[in-house]
Amino acid sequence: MTVVEERPAPAAEPPPRRPNRLWALLRNSWRQLTSMRTALVLLFLLAVAAIPGSVLPQRTINPENVAGYFREHPDLAPVLSRLGGFDVYASPWFASIYLLLFTSLVGCVIPRLLDHVRALRTVPPDAPRRLERLPEHAAAEPRPDDPAAAAAGVAAGLRRHRFRTVVRERPDGTWTVSGEKGLLKETGNLLFHFALLAVLIGVGFGHWYGWNGNRLLVQGNDLGFCNSVTQYDESSLGPRLDAADLPFFCLRLTDFEATYQSNGQPKTFGAQATVQTEHDGPWRPTEFTVNHPLRLSQANVHLLGHGYAPILRFTDRFGQQQTRIVPFLPRDQMLTSEGVAQFPDVNIDPKTNQRDEDLQVAFEGVYLPTVDPKGGPASVFPAEREPALFLTAYRGNLGVDAGLPGSVYALDRGQLANGQLKQVSGERPQRLTPGQTWTLDDGTKLEFVGTRQFATLAVRYDPTQPLVLGGAVLGLLGLMLSLSGHRRRVWFRVSPPAGSEAGTGGSLMEAGGLPRTDYPGFHEEFEQVVAAARRTPEERTP
Amino acid sequence: MMAELSDQLMAFTVLAYLAAMVCYAAEYAFGNRSHIGRAATRPARQLVGVGGPGEVEVLPADGVVPPPADDVVPPAPPRDRGALLGLIGVGLTWVAFALHLGTVVTRGVAAHRMPWGNMYEFILAVTLVGAAVWLGVITRKPAVRHLGLFTALALVVLLGAAGLIAYTPVSPLVPALNSYWYIVHVSTIIVASGILLIGAVPAAMFLVRAGYDRGRRTFPYTLGAKVPPAETLERLTFRLHAFAFPLFTFGALIAGPLWAEASWGRYWAWDPKEVWAFISWVVYAAYLHARATPSVKRTTATWIALLGFLTMLMNLFGVNLFFEGLHSYANAGGM
Ligand code: HEM
Repeated sequence: MTVVEERPAPAAEPPPRRPNRLWALLRNSWRQLTSMRTALVLLFLLAVAAIPGSVLPQRTINPENVAGYFREHPDLAPVLSRLGGFDVYASPWFASIYLLLFTSLVGCVIPRLLDHVRALRTVPPDAPRRLERLPEHAAAEPRPDDPAAAAAGVAAGLRRHRFRTVVRERPDGTWTVSGEKGLLKETGNLLFHFALLAVLIGVGFGHWYGWNGNRLLVQGNDLGFCNSVTQYDESSLGPRLDAADLPFFCLRLTDFEATYQSNGQPKTFGAQATVQTEHDGPWRPTEFTVNHPLRLSQANVHLLGHGYAPILRFTDRFGQQQTRIVPFLPRDQMLTSEGVAQFPDVNIDPKTNQRDEDLQVAFEGVYLPTVDPKGGPASVFPAEREPALFLTAYRGNLGVDAGLPGSVYALDRGQLANGQLKQVSGERPQRLTPGQTWTLDDGTKLEFVGTRQFATLAVRYDPTQPLVLGGAVLGLLGLMLSLSGHRRRVWFRVSPPAGSEAGTGGSLMEAGGLPRTDYPGFHEEFEQVVAAARRTPEERTP
Repeated sequence: MMAELSDQLMAFTVLAYLAAMVCYAAEYAFGNRSHIGRAATRPARQLVGVGGPGEVEVLPADGVVPPPADDVVPPAPPRDRGALLGLIGVGLTWVAFALHLGTVVTRGVAAHRMPWGNMYEFILAVTLVGAAVWLGVITRKPAVRHLGLFTALALVVLLGAAGLIAYTPVSPLVPALNSYWYIVHVSTIIVASGILLIGAVPAAMFLVRAGYDRGRRTFPYTLGAKVPPAETLERLTFRLHAFAFPLFTFGALIAGPLWAEASWGRYWAWDPKEVWAFISWVVYAAYLHARATPSVKRTTATWIALLGFLTMLMNLFGVNLFFEGLHSYANAGGM
């Protein structure tokens, strides 16, 4: 890989009329920036700068862990946060390193591209005067044919081995053949570096114009969702994108199937769904699973997880019924799931139609798809073999009207602390199996109707993915060419034998070779090329 | 049943590498210096591309002097005990490799899948590739056989660590790993990691030898007395890295993101495994750059290669043990 031949020293510049300090500074900085040494330093910096992102939790990957870090290190975390420690790969210092590196790359590869184009268009140079000075040399040997014919034969042989070949005749009757091979190496190298640029551009545009959203979707035709920012639990749009730019589609989860090993490890997942891709268009059935997303035009739906949503029917003091389907979030591999069902609009007196805020009701607890026969607190199998719900009932003010964004998966602890919300069931949570009804102290009832499955989905679109992939593949191709090629030259000089007239009595042929990159196998190749060239035409075609 | 067989074979594999290591070490201790020195230079002259007589030193390998002349004169001695021990070491390495292969295959049979579903199996497979590459290298270039002590050492340490830290009972794959990209991505990374792993041995020994040639006579440079010439080591280092780098690029930076896209929806998520693969890639790119820059010394470039090796180790062990990420097979001790 070693570049043997340094680039020719730039021709001495004409003495500047008046040295412009700023210009000189700029020029020197540019040279410095585009040197290989700077590229090396920047590559190192990039590697080092990437490390904190694996040590500290990152907002884009798991925001919960970032929140946890803030709780554990209340003094350090804000400082780190200001330094970009939780968004390393979007931080200005990380960006400045890779932008400098890519500036350096541009400054480096454009002159090399020009040089290379020039090299591709010029013919291999004539043989040096003294071939014996070259790293490879084969002494002159006589041969029967005359110089012109011998040179033509050698050139044909070289061309057959895909050397770029030139034949020259000298005034003294000597013929030379120059051959060069291995320009593909530099082509590959340039391809690789340009492909890196393409990848960077692709990643940048993907960030600007891509979007994604997460959604928990409960099974059932009554519970579909349509692609719009408001229907996602979380979403993020690229800075150049508007909420109105999202493509239209609606999705319903019709069925979800999971199979497990006997030890509870999941074996397969499968989501059955129907999808509508045009307003008022038909609903088309489809299915997707882990590793096989649902690919729509300009949106891909990925299955990330699943769980159970208990169906709870509450009958209030006035006999009014309300049914909720409440996703419980899994907390372990066996799908022990936690959740809360809140009923803020119950116990409304039909006479007054007034809501009594102190009579709101909530149930919090865990759902075990398979209860532990030994009485343990966690599920022992992820499928519903012996399901049970363990609930605690609360009555009072849920605090959901206070205008504060509350979680749908947990009770407002503040309301419990200030006594406005009280536990109204016994010491231990009430166990309910599907179909069972629980009567509370005030005569209200809760029926555990059953469960539905839910799937957690990630919907994403990145318009430049093909560019990034194409860049990466071309880059790999370039890299392989670059690392496997070797640039080298060979020369043959065929002269008339001393003391006789040219064209009468055979010729003498001498050869030399020059590897232009570090190429340990050149010696063998050179010997083969020379051996092939020494064969006369008759020998070649017996 | 197969699983137990695999576990037993694993124990024998480590023992066999250990025995090979002892033989190599004995060769070091008993073999006289000239014997090893000769062995190190002699075949080099017959071998293709290693350093034949017509070989051109295109760039001087930064002040590395050729091996001392007394090593080169071969007064055909009777085969001594050291050489015999060395050959036994090679034989034992083959035995260990066969056992190692058996360990991996029986593991796969027991689990009914490709045997690289968790950290333990991953290390087992990486070291298997390392051993295979090493055997290939010493078959083609017997001259470097004397590095066997260090390769065997590396294999024993890594396998021991796999057995002690990362052992996981046989279990089937989680659905997330059930994809053909799993096979492509993981297998290429295993092969590339195995080669890069073995590449660190000549790299380290090159640094030792280069120091020895510069007149250093303290440990570890004293080890340099009995290893092949610096130039041979440096070339071998480069060849191994230049071969593995595109493979690693494909496995980690193309196949990995393709699979991630299908599975998580994003081709790159900066999960700790990805971060460290990226770091390794950048460091190895820096090595290739440094080696191609005439003004950077070969020893400096080789230090960068060793740094790359450390980042690979970090990814193999450190990331799995310290960080939490999306890579489910990264969980040490099973999921
Ligand atoms: C974005 C970061 C870069 C990466 C990841 C990278 C990667 C690589 C790799 C892997 C090689 C080895 C392939 C080969 O030897 O042909 C290489 C070669 C090379 N790179 Fe870069 N490069 C980067 C930036 C640069 C920059 C900024 C420059 C110019 C200052 C540069 C100049 C070169 C040159 C001249 C070679 C050829 C060396 C030779 O003759 O083999 N690269 N690069």
